[in-house]
Amino acid sequence: MSGSAHQAVHDAEYQPVFVGEARAKLEALFPRYPTRQACLLPALWMVQEARGWVSERGIAEVADVLGLTPAYVKGVVTFYTMYHTHPVGRHFIQVCTTSPCNICGAEDVVKAFLQHTGCGELGATSPDGRFTVIEVECLGACGFATPVLIDDDFIEGITPERVPGLLQGYK
Amino acid sequence: MGYPHPSHPGEQPLLSKYFGDPGARSYEGWVKRGGYESLRKALGMTRDQVTEEVKASGLRGRGGAGFPTGLKWSFMPKEVTRPHYLVCNADESEPGTFKDREIMRWTPHQLLEGCAIAAHAIGAERVYIYIRGEFTAEYRILLEAVEEATRAGALGADVFGTGRRIEVIVHRGAGAYICGEETAMMNSIEGKRGNPRIKPPFPAQAGLWACPTTINNVETLGSVPHIIREGGAWYKGLCRGNPKSTGTKLFSVCGHVQRPGNYEVVMGTPMKDLIFGMCGGMRPGRTLKAVIPGGSSVPILTAAEIEDCQLDYEGVAARGSMLGSGGMIVMDDSTDIVYQVMRLARFYAHESCAQCTQCREGTAWTTRILERILAGKGKPEDLELLLDLADNMTGKTICVLSDSCAAPVVSAIAKFRPEFEAYLNRTRPPVLATA
Amino acid sequence: MSSDLVSVTIDGVVVQVPKGTPIIEAAKQAGVLVPHYCYHPSLPSPAVCRMCLVEVEKAPKLMPACVTTVADGQVVHTDSEQARKARTGVLEFLLINHPLDCPICDQAGECELQNYVFQEGREGTRYGDYAKRYNPVEDFGPDVLYVANRCILCTRCVRFMDDVAGTPVLNVSERGDRAYIGIDQDQLLDHPWAGNVVDLCPVGSLVSKDFLHKARAWDLDKTASICTGCSQGCNIMIDTRDNTVVRLRPRPNMEVNRHFMCDHGRMNYRWMNRGDRIEAPLVRSGDRHVATDWDQALDLVRGLVGQAGPAVILASGGASLESLGMLKGMLAGRPLTAAVQVPLADAEAPLAGVPNLALRKERAANGEGARLLGYSMEWDPAVKVAGKAALVVLLDVALTDAEAAVVAGAGAVVVLGTIESQALAAARVVLPVTNTAEEQGTFVNRDGRVQRYEQARSAPGMGRPAWWIAAEVQGAAAATPAEAFAQVAAAVTGLAGMTYADLGVTGRMLRGASAAGSRV
Repeated sequence: MSGSAHQAVHDAEYQPVFVGEARAKLEALFPRYPTRQACLLPALWMVQEARGWVSERGIAEVADVLGLTPAYVKGVVTFYTMYHTHPVGRHFIQVCTTSPCNICGAEDVVKAFLQHTGCGELGATSPDGRFTVIEVECLGACGFATPVLIDDDFIEGITPERVPGLLQGYK
Repeated sequence: MGYPHPSHPGEQPLLSKYFGDPGARSYEGWVKRGGYESLRKALGMTRDQVTEEVKASGLRGRGGAGFPTGLKWSFMPKEVTRPHYLVCNADESEPGTFKDREIMRWTPHQLLEGCAIAAHAIGAERVYIYIRGEFTAEYRILLEAVEEATRAGALGADVFGTGRRIEVIVHRGAGAYICGEETAMMNSIEGKRGNPRIKPPFPAQAGLWACPTTINNVETLGSVPHIIREGGAWYKGLCRGNPKSTGTKLFSVCGHVQRPGNYEVVMGTPMKDLIFGMCGGMRPGRTLKAVIPGGSSVPILTAAEIEDCQLDYEGVAARGSMLGSGGMIVMDDSTDIVYQVMRLARFYAHESCAQCTQCREGTAWTTRILERILAGKGKPEDLELLLDLADNMTGKTICVLSDSCAAPVVSAIAKFRPEFEAYLNRTRPPVLATA
Repeated sequence: MSSDLVSVTIDGVVVQVPKGTPIIEAAKQAGVLVPHYCYHPSLPSPAVCRMCLVEVEKAPKLMPACVTTVADGQVVHTDSEQARKARTGVLEFLLINHPLDCPICDQAGECELQNYVFQEGREGTRYGDYAKRYNPVEDFGPDVLYVANRCILCTRCVRFMDDVAGTPVLNVSERGDRAYIGIDQDQLLDHPWAGNVVDLCPVGSLVSKDFLHKARAWDLDKTASICTGCSQGCNIMIDTRDNTVVRLRPRPNMEVNRHFMCDHGRMNYRWMNRGDRIEAPLVRSGDRHVATDWDQALDLVRGLVGQAGPAVILASGGASLESLGMLKGMLAGRPLTAAVQVPLADAEAPLAGVPNLALRKERAANGEGARLLGYSMEWDPAVKVAGKAALVVLLDVALTDAEAAVVAGAGAVVVLGTIESQALAAARVVLPVTNTAEEQGTFVNRDGRVQRYEQARSAPGMGRPAWWIAAEVQGAAAATPAEAFAQVAAAVTGLAGMTYADLGVTGRMLRGASAAGSRV
């Protein structure tokens, strides 16, 4: 929670994202908005896609590229829950547990994921670095309980029984 | 149709006609199904004519507030002296609601066509579709659809050779329920925290980048091509005697029904027909306990209260709740209402943007009290405390997230008080380990 | 009634205010302070604290007084049961996570949370069973600590840095009840105007390291003054405890500094408390100075002043208009060279969001007043002239050793000073004078605004204001600062007709000078 957000995670390995093709891809977005600032969410997505998370260095780079201050960018990053401000497992698993899914057994699905990934607890990364599991608020697929988002794969109708097989596909 | 289930005779599939039909997804497939004819027709009409047609249809915003769409469009300045913007609200995040996602994943061009018509009506050259970050597949589908439509000349600098410029930009959110609130959405597009803005100024006066802006929900915009094609009067005729609620509406039904899914029915259809007819009612051996009829932010209805309840804006309001987004959470007698209210409160506490005091602190405190009750550590005065906090959280903040947290709490205590009391007097075993 | 004015009734009092005025400001006109946290007249209003909700007749719900503008015929109730319950509710919500560490909090006694809870808060807590939110104290920069636990997220600090300072190094991080004020780790609050966030903070969340645990608010005496840090003339409050200056804070003046002052000015007070002061009149006796009384000292000076021959005044640019004026009057009739010492910095440090507000290059408070009285800014030539003059009067200046050596060549040197120094060696007479904190007087700022400052502490020993000494020497009838000002003003075109009382607490423009912002 906020306590951990105060602590910047060291990211000495950081290499700039916005060079070459990525830079061109970002710049191609500029004409779509009257301000550079509006490209902030897209730029942060690009950093996360490239590096797996958005570090302080990543924030500083985005700020620099878009003419914003790092503090400003950080305020935005921490507002949106899909940006990771800490490294996560290779596969990031989000299980919906809001009421509609909850009454259909979503908490058992979470337990199954925690057990079969070896993560043990929510937010923790499995010892092999493969998975991180979190509960997420409403994924907007309530009729298909329980929906799960693994990386960019949106998977519907997950039951505890389906979890082990599902995980096979994520190495 | 009741995707993923076969269409039910009680439905009137208009927007959902091609749900489940992968062929409808491409530009070509959409055109084969009559797509983009409405856009061509609209481009042959003046801005005012399009708006008047939509006004005549009686279409009301499908995102939850139910504001008349044509009227909203008419608030946009007649003279275009600075950019006008259309924002399509595809941030579907209201628990219990999953209809917009189906529209986008099966019929992206239905949405794009609606966007283009609306853009024409409000004098906008640019449309931003704000899609929630979690809709990864729909995001890709929309990007692809925009590219196809632009290649085909249905979008872009010169739409169908009319000289009209309509560009659509798909903007991806990143995990924030509150961005579904229209002013928060504008801040998010501008690259800011998704904090709701104070109104006035209203978006039509000063919206995106302080320019005139209209924000419409996916389902609202998806309805527009049908209205243009068949006429406002035809659409207005789709109702069951209540001229204030017209057309078809997609109802997302989830929870303890046999066939959860999206059902498109004419406004005014009895709620029981939907739940017990189309959705197949409760699982064997179970009985209906409660329904949250319009997304999680509205008051809970008991089984008795949905008797004779018409599914339209006025009908649900007459039962003391709201039609909202049409996301219906159905709960059978196995449901622990106290626990589910706690889950909802936790949802709002998680999603509060942190601006307004009552919401920031009140949603979290409400959650803690409910957790305490569920842990068997509740105090006799807790229910009165919850109600008093709810009163302090209602009608006092910039947006209604705070009210939305209070509403289920107040209605659940009013209607299911014995369940709370069972935890309070320890006749029910605690279900939470900590509080 | 002008068409630009609307008439509103607030708690039964009818007031007329300009169109577009927020209710919260109209209420002030009606003598009603609507409790608030996020609103600040010098910042944009986000209406987030929801403390200022008031009942407006015909409105469907309570309205935030900070962003709701007046309408003609509007009837507002700030103290209705509904409004009061809403405020009590907000206070309760703010307190659930606010530590009750008032006994060790610097803000206690001037804390808006404490004050309003005392007025309208609940007596007990209904949150007793839970731990409060905890976040560590953070070092935000040169003079600012962030005590996150006390923060009520009003965002005044964030808006100041963004909208006023134009340097958004602060943010709101996270959301919901996890939110806190975040900072750019690399930049911190090192902006030259950053200290204002401490004043803006309505609670004890942003505190000054310099003032940390120095005094309790209720032990402070507050005196209206003018900052001596530069020629801007920011209006300030000098806070003293037991006759010691412990803090300077900005005092609102919409024409000069709005609600702000820079950190340079804010920290520029230690000299006011110096202990190495000249405490008694000293006269030369052989190769040393001996203490004497005022009568003897003044007699001696009268004798020196009465002689013929060129005289030179070398004065501080921080001396008052009264002192500079009376001193010149004292030497009228003799060939006179008068110059002031005004330290010059390389660059200005503007506050981006406020027009015509900056820490100026001229680092003295009264350079403009000195110019007005005919003092020269040409310091070095004046020092040279002083070396050959019959009489040199030094007013609270710090001379370099070389300058002191030149001045020693004069026929006689009279020093009116505050601090003991080597440069005094050559003086025939040394007279103890008060410093800015110890006297009343006026300065003229760079835009030509004449502003008064009041006495904040008593002078050590026998120190008197320089204007008093000059008046005594020439037998002028000026027993009070007001009389001294009147005498000086009479001789200066721009000041003619102005009285000390006229200046009030926010000053007046010189005749002929236009309003603030005119000077490029």
